[in-house]
Amino acid sequence: MSQPIIEFKDFGFQYNAQAEPTLHHINLSIYPGEKVLIAGPSGSGKSTLASCINGLVPFSYPGTTTGSLTVAGIDAPHSSLFELSKHVGTVLQDPDGQFIGLTVAEDIAFALENDQVPQAEMKKIVDEVAGLVDIQDRLTHAPHELSGGQKQRVSLAGVMVDDVEILLFDEPLANLDPATGKQTIELIEAIQKRTGAAVLIIEHRLEDVLWRSVDRIILVEEGKIIADTTPDELLASNLLIENGIREPLYLTALKYAGVSVTPEKKPAHIDSICLDEADRQMVCDWFANTAPAVQQEQAEVLLEVQDVTFGYNDGQTNLEHVSFSVRKGEMLSIVGRNGAGKSTLSKLICGFETPNSGRILLNGRDLVGDTIKERASRIGYVMQNPNQMISKPMIWDEVELGLLQTDLTPEERARRVEETLKICGLYPFRKWPVSALSFGQKKRVTIASVLVMNPEIIILDEPTAGQDFRHYTDIMEFLRSLNRRGVTVMMITHDMHLMQEYTNRALVFSIKRLLHDGTAVEAITMPELVKAASLKETSLFALAQRCGIEPPQAFVQRFIDYDRQVREHE
Amino acid sequence: MSKNAALSYLPRQSVVHRLTGTAKLAFFLLWSTAAMLTYDTRLLAAMTITGLVLFSVSRIRLREVKGALIFMMILVLLNLFAIFLFSPDQGTHVYGTKHVILPLFWRYEITQETLFYLLNFFLKYSAVIPVALLFILATNPSEFAASLAGIGVSYKIGYAVALALRYIPDVQRDFHNISQAQQARGIDLSGKDKAFTRLKNSAAILLPLVLSSLARIETISNAMELRGFGKHKKRSWYVQRPFERRDWVALAIALGVLALSLGLTLAKGSRYFNPFQ
Repeated sequence: MSQPIIEFKDFGFQYNAQAEPTLHHINLSIYPGEKVLIAGPSGSGKSTLASCINGLVPFSYPGTTTGSLTVAGIDAPHSSLFELSKHVGTVLQDPDGQFIGLTVAEDIAFALENDQVPQAEMKKIVDEVAGLVDIQDRLTHAPHELSGGQKQRVSLAGVMVDDVEILLFDEPLANLDPATGKQTIELIEAIQKRTGAAVLIIEHRLEDVLWRSVDRIILVEEGKIIADTTPDELLASNLLIENGIREPLYLTALKYAGVSVTPEKKPAHIDSICLDEADRQMVCDWFANTAPAVQQEQAEVLLEVQDVTFGYNDGQTNLEHVSFSVRKGEMLSIVGRNGAGKSTLSKLICGFETPNSGRILLNGRDLVGDTIKERASRIGYVMQNPNQMISKPMIWDEVELGLLQTDLTPEERARRVEETLKICGLYPFRKWPVSALSFGQKKRVTIASVLVMNPEIIILDEPTAGQDFRHYTDIMEFLRSLNRRGVTVMMITHDMHLMQEYTNRALVFSIKRLLHDGTAVEAITMPELVKAASLKETSLFALAQRCGIEPPQAFVQRFIDYDRQVREHE
Repeated sequence: MSKNAALSYLPRQSVVHRLTGTAKLAFFLLWSTAAMLTYDTRLLAAMTITGLVLFSVSRIRLREVKGALIFMMILVLLNLFAIFLFSPDQGTHVYGTKHVILPLFWRYEITQETLFYLLNFFLKYSAVIPVALLFILATNPSEFAASLAGIGVSYKIGYAVALALRYIPDVQRDFHNISQAQQARGIDLSGKDKAFTRLKNSAAILLPLVLSSLARIETISNAMELRGFGKHKKRSWYVQRPFERRDWVALAIALGVLALSLGLTLAKGSRYFNPFQ
């Protein structure tokens, strides 16, 4: 075998700001042209591992290293960020934040400019690379004129202008809708085939990355490598679940049916997995023997949106003729591609914007004329990023903030805050500063600060974005417990798992319109709907088809209901 | 929102737009120096007219920048008023004569000299404002950084300007979203509450805005370093254009005006044009 392009030998790293090392005794070799997925829960050290390769560690985030790390023949910890950047191209998580230039062309050219490449040559390279990632007709566009997927193409082009031997992707799927995520994985594969570079993908969304083959998966937990093996081997083991990584859903379904998953069955893809007659029969039997869930009775209508049309500017619309109603105690998802009007809808309901035509009713009363503040006591809104909502250093003050504007006495306020903190599991932390909390706990604080106003309905924008499976489950189970207490919950999301695991109903938006108002299962199984709204078909659907279960939708629904019961009893 | 209140680039087909960013910046700097040095009414009036002509040549209409223009005019008038308030006899000081038009009270009186002095002051601003606006409105923001580097400013400073231009819309959007989310928690930021409460409530936006901006800065500085920013003393520019004849002509004109401004001052031994003697 040829020389490894990246070689960790008994490597360790400790950030200066931390008491404990983040990485311990890492031994890892990656060879030219390999495609490797680095998986692990948040805080496992997988991002630090990647930062060691591109030089952000130790050059931007200083600390002490032990052992050795060679990248493209360079002694990485003793070289420089600039030297490493000639060999390693890094695409960061946030496609918007890393867009440096004012236009696409300038952003792609950025590294060339820093290398003092003459203008004529620079323009030639930019045109060439833009063609590779298929963004050549958008060269003069500003970042706000691009979609998330296009911005990511630009980021990729920006690192490809140097002939790098290693491409590093830090959670490339985090901010993308499901269909764009799929395209990104395809693009990464196409680029790798063309350039022959070694590709490292850091992601915890395993099933999405495995849409295209990878050579190896490295599983990182608590700063150590606990698995370095092929996808088939890893998926057949229990390591994923033990380490808080979600396994592909079709595997969960197979396990429920009692099928044993072995590496020989090639479980890495739903299309390639070998299922013999006995296996298929087991799945069919499981389906036949599992009782469908009991339908809940319908409560009265809480929120009603009637033929609402709205545009931010005159002469154009962002939402057209949207009508639906939400019943008391429902928990539903709002899905669809970016710019389809999901956020606009929530802004209209909260009263940030006023519809051009149509009505929004709460408990049968038209909300028109109610100020945002007046609506705030009945409708709560939680932003995606808790750091954008928290404005007080102390948890108690943060939760109390909204109440200060009301006529409540201090005693009543204290009682309400206390009660809310207890519901949200934050009571033990009530005297803590917000800064001492984890991301998930901060999310709880923001939900608490909205809940304290006693709203009948809460709207959450991407409640679990960027969270690993453990934190995701944590946040979602919490929301479910609130829902059981009678709070109606609406969630805007790109996460297909969230939609199917926690909500029965989905509102699917596509290009200004409410395309579909039905079950979550329909949204991930109806091909035309999946396509129009940039969603992703669930692998369970393919599994049902392969086992000859008719209709496949019923199998998906049965799985979801069963899975919910299983997790509730855990 | 009022039209172009933030003074952003307005692309047009004009000779002003075709000048390179460096030429426009140099022209603006020379021109303002000339206007700052002299109080010669004739020269300032000529510069004002030239500035307005250039503005019309650029095909940018004054009403497109109405908001900014009104704001600047208010500032200029305030400035003139403050001069009168603190030094009501400045005109007499400068021109040596005193022709009272209207006595007010105590030491305040309106004289021809004062009015003329204030007129000159006003002309100084009116000579510079159109040219300054043109530099901002007719220079492609992509060219700002390159043009600063072109006159010898370190490219790191130039790039700081470019980044500000890149991220101002993002920060504005953050601000907007944060303020809406805070209002949805019952924190009133509209006109209904008392001014003090509103001020206090605005702090509810500030902290999250600062924190999210800091997070942005961390991402962007990592992204820049990973792509070799700061590696060399110099860098090349994707958008920079070579100097053409019209750029040299513009520079020559600006230098000519500066020379005239200096010349008039030196020739007469005074920065003022005095019609009273």
